[in-house]
Order: sequence, then structure tokens, then C-alpha cells
Amino acid sequence: MAKPLKTLGEDVWRTKVEKVNGELFALTYGSIVTQLCRDFNNNYAKVNTQLDKMGYNMGTRLIEEFLARSQLGRCRDFRDTAETVAKVAFKMFLNISPTVTNVAPDAKAFSLIFDENPLAEFVELPESARRRAVGSTAGPVENGDAMASAPAQAPLWFSNVLCGVVRGALEMVQLQVDARWVSDVLLGDECSEMRVTLIKVLEDEVPAGED
Amino acid sequence: MDQVSLSAFAFLFSELVQYSQKHVKGIQDLEKRLNLVGYRVGQRLLELLVFRDRGSKRDVKLLNALLFINTNVWKALFGKPADSLEKSSEHDDEYMISDNDLVVNRYISIPKEMSQLNTGAFIAGIVEAMLDGSGFPARVTAHTVPVAGFPFRTTILIKFDAKVMDREKRLADK
Repeated sequence: MAKPLKTLGEDVWRTKVEKVNGELFALTYGSIVTQLCRDFNNNYAKVNTQLDKMGYNMGTRLIEEFLARSQLGRCRDFRDTAETVAKVAFKMFLNISPTVTNVAPDAKAFSLIFDENPLAEFVELPESARRRAVGSTAGPVENGDAMASAPAQAPLWFSNVLCGVVRGALEMVQLQVDARWVSDVLLGDECSEMRVTLIKVLEDEVPAGED
Repeated sequence: MDQVSLSAFAFLFSELVQYSQKHVKGIQDLEKRLNLVGYRVGQRLLELLVFRDRGSKRDVKLLNALLFINTNVWKALFGKPADSLEKSSEHDDEYMISDNDLVVNRYISIPKEMSQLNTGAFIAGIVEAMLDGSGFPARVTAHTVPVAGFPFRTTILIKFDAKVMDREKRLADK
């Protein structure tokens, strides 16, 4: 009988992973985001895109290590994928276990709720980075609309690199997904929620590299 | 102490280096950029570690400041003190902190045509910020100095400003 995913994640973290100071990681990431903000002149939409790109590159390489250390085979379905990502992958790399919720009825989408986020350890965002599109009501903005209609006022999705990682890693196992934040505690929301939607199952294509 | 996997850090650092490469013209420029990113880390790390390890009292003697970096900072970041702290025999204002296997460099492979590059420039930036912030302004750079058994040994070279050396001399003469 296969080990439950939670236990597997914890075992791999405990026994197979070389560890490094989480604060160094958090501060390094923060410095990178700051650098991007400078380079892109505080155009947060562009920063979000760059973070996603960097995450994508990381994800495409990280998947091999994941498969090697977890020794897991194919997931049965997308719900299985969700649990694997949450309980094994995130545990193994970041020592956190986001919760899987809001699984769509056709199981083609799920949300990950992050109680803790090692990237955001010491972070407080300036007012300009938290502002959202004019005319939005209180509460999480519909991500797609906000970014498309008012790019100059896009909020900074500080941990956007994680969306890229999820997207890149899953693409390497033939799943094309869209991953985006719908809420973030750094923006004053109640929780940090990432929405992952399955676009399609890829048929042995060689994915185009991103720069 | 909160930890993450070395891989997570290594992948992130690798992306940082690749991203930086697009904005620079040459090795010196790249190292300067990495130094800058590390500098910001060092500024915050100084506050954090001095608060934790020194009760917010900062060192006023040069050697103590260096020992703090060699021992406390290295231990906090890498789990062990640096491999050596040396004073240059040629230059009075130069000191070297060496690490046989700098964690940030472990998964970086430098192509032959860039053999001058040492991405430990990031760590040099951290050290530089910590010294600047403690009142010991210096120029800090990272160099690959192989020794027997450790082909990738990194030496962090610290060159203190003249006024730091003057002050040390005055304090010593008292």
C-alpha cells in the first residue's frame, strides 16, 4: 500500500533534503524582487511577469529532482496532482504544506491556501504595490480583469515566482496549467490563495523554452 | 530555525545570475550586480544578527567585527564557521575570509571563458553591507583561490577604507 502523500513529503524532507537557512532564502528573494522593481521602474505588471518567467525556468529543472527524490509515479487524476504538489513538492522544497481547497466539480482546477510563506517572511509592501485597479470593490480582485485593464495599477504579486514554478514543473509532466494568485496576505487579504487551472494535457510535445 | 531546501535556494540563485547576465557587459559588471543584490541582504542580516547574537551592541574593534562575520554570520547562513580568517601579509588593510565550498557556488558551473567570475560576489555583497553598517567601510570582493583538495575554494577579500585603519591605530595606541 503506497505511503500517504503527507508522510512521504515529511520523510523526504527529513531524510533526503540538504537544508539551508530560510532567512537567507527569504532575504535573497526579497532583494531580487527589489532589483526587479528598480529595473522595471516599479511597473508591477512587468515585475509579476518576470517573476513568473523565472519561476517557470526553475520549475522545469526542479521537477527532475522532485521525481528522483519522491520516486512517485504518474498521478491518477488532477486532484491527485493537487495533493502531490501540496503535500510532497512544497514540503520537499520549502518545508510548507499548503491546503488544497475549492476543487472544481470537474476536477480541472484547485486552489492552494498558504498558511505560511517562506518568501514573505520579512515583507511589507509599499502602498503603491498594494493598490489595485480603480473601481474594484473590497475583497480579492478578479485577477485577469485587473491586470489586463489597468496595467499601471496592477498590484505586486510578491510570491509570483511560485506560480511560475508550479506551471513549469507541471508542464514537464505533460500538464499545461494556469497558475495565479487570487489573494495575498501581503496585499491585505485574508489569506494567500493560488488558483491552478488545467488547460490541457500535452501530447508529448517538446515545450518551447522561455528566455 | 526555519529552513528550506538547498535546491530551492540554488535554483533561485541560478535564476538571479542568469537574469543579471542580461543586464551587464562583462564579468566585473556581473559581479558588481550580484554584490548589489547581496548588499541589500547584508543590510537586513546585520540588524537581525546583531539583535540576536549581540543584544544590539555593535563591535567597535576591527578584529571583533571580522570574527563576528567569520563565526556568527557564517554559522547563521551556512551552519558552520568560515574555513579561515587571515590577514594579508602584503597589505595592512586587507583581510581574507575563505570557504572551501561556498554553498551559493555549489551548483553554479562557470564556463571556461568566464573563469574569472566568482558568483560568491553575492556573499561579498552581504559582507560588505555588514561591515559598512557596523562602521567599518570596506570594499569586498570574491575570488577563486584553489588549494590542494579544494579546487573551488572562495576567498572573500576585504579591503578596509583608510579611515578604518587610522581609527584602529589610534585605538591601539591609547
